[in-house]
Amino acid sequence: MQRYTSVAILFHWLIAAVIFGNFALGVYMHELPISPTKLRLYSYHKWAGVTIFLLVVLRLLWRFTHRPPELPARMAGWERATATLAHVVLYSLTLLVPLTGWLFSSAKGFQTVWFGVLPIPDLIARDLVLADVLKEWHESLNFLMLAVVVLHVIAALKHHFHDRDDVLVRMAPWVRRPR
Amino acid sequence: MKPELAAAMRKTLALLALSLAPAVHAAPLAVDATKSELVFISKQMGVPVDGRFRKFTVKLDFDAKKPETSKANLEIDIASIDAGGPDADGEVVRKPWLNAAQFPKATFTSTAVKSLGGNRYEVTGPLTIKGKTKVVTAPLTVKPQGAQQLFEGAFQINRSDFGIGDGPWNDPETVAFEVQIRFRIVAQPAAAK
Repeated sequence: MQRYTSVAILFHWLIAAVIFGNFALGVYMHELPISPTKLRLYSYHKWAGVTIFLLVVLRLLWRFTHRPPELPARMAGWERATATLAHVVLYSLTLLVPLTGWLFSSAKGFQTVWFGVLPIPDLIARDLVLADVLKEWHESLNFLMLAVVVLHVIAALKHHFHDRDDVLVRMAPWVRRPR
Repeated sequence: MKPELAAAMRKTLALLALSLAPAVHAAPLAVDATKSELVFISKQMGVPVDGRFRKFTVKLDFDAKKPETSKANLEIDIASIDAGGPDADGEVVRKPWLNAAQFPKATFTSTAVKSLGGNRYEVTGPLTIKGKTKVVTAPLTVKPQGAQQLFEGAFQINRSDFGIGDGPWNDPETVAFEVQIRFRIVAQPAAAK
């Protein structure tokens, strides 16, 4: 069986875990009444977002220099095309979601300071009207990402349990291969 | 008589009286409110966030030749705060922060103005916020700005000295205790108004 490189596998699961956690945090924190806890959680959310962005950039560099394993030969053309499209959308969203979050924060007048130490420059100045627009974008892109992730998971499970191919195992080598 | 008119007349009379009396005070100045600003910078989770007061009144008597006779009086309308957005504005006027309902004004009155040489001075006086008073000292630079004069300076306060941010907010980890205050007051001689 051809599988992804260990680095690619590590990137995939690490980024998935941080995104999952940060998504849940974002959903939870935004309705909290203003409090020191809320300020802390917002900062943690932004720090995690910057981290995700940087991990995705590194992951893409790895992806462009390390060819992933071929898709199973039996897959139809439309299946391949859909899979490629879904992956392009997912990669794009993992970059666009942190980007809109960063711009949203700047528009609100709060600079993002990574781990409270490294200031990320503000690309845009404080603009509360623009902030509302960016908030909508940040939120919508997140829910689009959720939808594509659900599709991604369903597809992986379909490959594993229905098609009984290696598509899931090559990214999750600890899973037993289907017989 | 309309109160504004009465106030204007009182001001004029006071000015007349002042100009006729022997010069015990420095010259009172007319403050240009549209060009003046009062900014504060707090740090939230290590991020500097600036805010300002939209409404405040300054009374300024200043004579560069006799700086020690200068006087400054500042009255800030707490409810006019701009803390960065509607959420923050609503929060900071509440009881744990500035308690604007009970303490609608913050004041500063100079008790001493010291020359530091050149156009630099040092102003000292009691600052009262949220009913608590602390003597503060601020550096002051006076520069000409066209026909007007710019009085500029910055100093730091500790918000816990004034009980700003009580209860759960009494924690410098999220919102730092140090708050920087920056003032830019533009004024001209009252007569030239």
